[in-house]
Amino acid sequence: MNNRTLNNEQYEQSIHRMGRIWMLLALLVILAVPFVISINYNVWPTFGALMGGLLPIMMIYVPIGIIEVITFSPMLGSGATYLAFTTGNLTNLKVPCALNAMEVTGIEPGSDEGEVISTIAVAASSLVTNLVLVIGVLLFVQLTPVLASPVLQPAFENILPALFGALGYLYISKNWKLAVVPVALMVAIFMIAPSAPVGILIPVSALSAIGAARFMYNRKMI
Amino acid sequence: MTDYRNSTFMFVLGAIVAIFVTMQSIFFLRKAWQEGKRRGVEPAVMRKAVVSSAVFTLVPSLSILLTMLTLSGALGLALPWIRLSVIGAVTYELPAAEAAAQAAGASLMSSELPLSVFSVITWVMTLGIMSGPIFIIAYFRKLQGKVKKIKVEDNRWGTLLIAAMFVGLISSFLGSALAGGLISILTLFSSAILMVICITLEQKAGLKLFKDFALPLSMIGAMALAIFYSGLLGGM
Repeated sequence: MNNRTLNNEQYEQSIHRMGRIWMLLALLVILAVPFVISINYNVWPTFGALMGGLLPIMMIYVPIGIIEVITFSPMLGSGATYLAFTTGNLTNLKVPCALNAMEVTGIEPGSDEGEVISTIAVAASSLVTNLVLVIGVLLFVQLTPVLASPVLQPAFENILPALFGALGYLYISKNWKLAVVPVALMVAIFMIAPSAPVGILIPVSALSAIGAARFMYNRKMI
Repeated sequence: MTDYRNSTFMFVLGAIVAIFVTMQSIFFLRKAWQEGKRRGVEPAVMRKAVVSSAVFTLVPSLSILLTMLTLSGALGLALPWIRLSVIGAVTYELPAAEAAAQAAGASLMSSELPLSVFSVITWVMTLGIMSGPIFIIAYFRKLQGKVKKIKVEDNRWGTLLIAAMFVGLISSFLGSALAGGLISILTLFSSAILMVICITLEQKAGLKLFKDFALPLSMIGAMALAIFYSGLLGGM
């Protein structure tokens, strides 16, 4: 094992150790919020109401949460995964942001350098979102009529097509052979069920892309 | 009586969460920066990653801010601020809050939200999204080990695997956008065309700015065009 590999191993061990500590701390901070609200106001939810609200949500979001980890973590790398899964907004912000940073810097996702750039991108993104939300809290009265204005609504309603159109061109033009099967499959599914939840379909699409990639790789087509 | 949803206590909680997220982000930023230097990544490249990520984040952050403002009508400002600063998403917070309110026999549409309902909402919104972080603590290291093993055994396939996952993610959103109505489709294609224009401007005219900020520029342009299409087609 050469020095570089050894140092990379040490970094991996360190990032997993620190990542887990930060994630545990984050869980404590996040869980402390409802806990101290209940203590401060002396109002605790009844078991029935809690379960009544929680069960339908968990039925959808427990699998989505696990699937997101399995799907996004190989793209993001170690450091970015620990941070992104604390600060949230993965599909609409953190994952595209990491992709964009690697594209702009010309660094390959999944490489040694990709690990660094992806973590930097997610950290910078988290800091900016945090700042925007603080400004939003401070300027609530002034910002509400602007952001909630009906004129701007079509822009915000179409933020995902606006994001994935450009990102789609960027990646599909480079990997068009990989994209044929998942794009065809997703278009077919959404034609049949237009309101199907994207969160559930991401792993389906990813698996179809991986299956097609393996097929072509085995036959030396890519 | 002071509105409990917008009390000083709630904003102090929000500030604590925001400070925690800031500290964690700075920690990971520093750690990655140091590791980048050790791995031979030029500081200029890392600075470029910071600037392009910060600029790219502005527009999606406005969408997150809009969700915060939308939720503030029912939940006050502090709780949506807290929730949107941590794990969750714009697509999660509203359904979670509504499901919790309904389970407690109320609705987010109600003009008055009793404290007992608010308490249920805070617990449900928090507990409902915990699976990802818990799974990471328990299994992420093993999972990452398996991905690395694939790359060591066959680097070309490892690289293709990650590229296929990216393409899979993008394809699902392309499918969703194509089925989202005419404005959604027009916005999607406008964004792709604007990206082509940015790349061409960079390659033919040497305007590097268009490469570095191609994604935010395409996104903002397409969102502006979505307003135009909506006016033209009347919200089809």
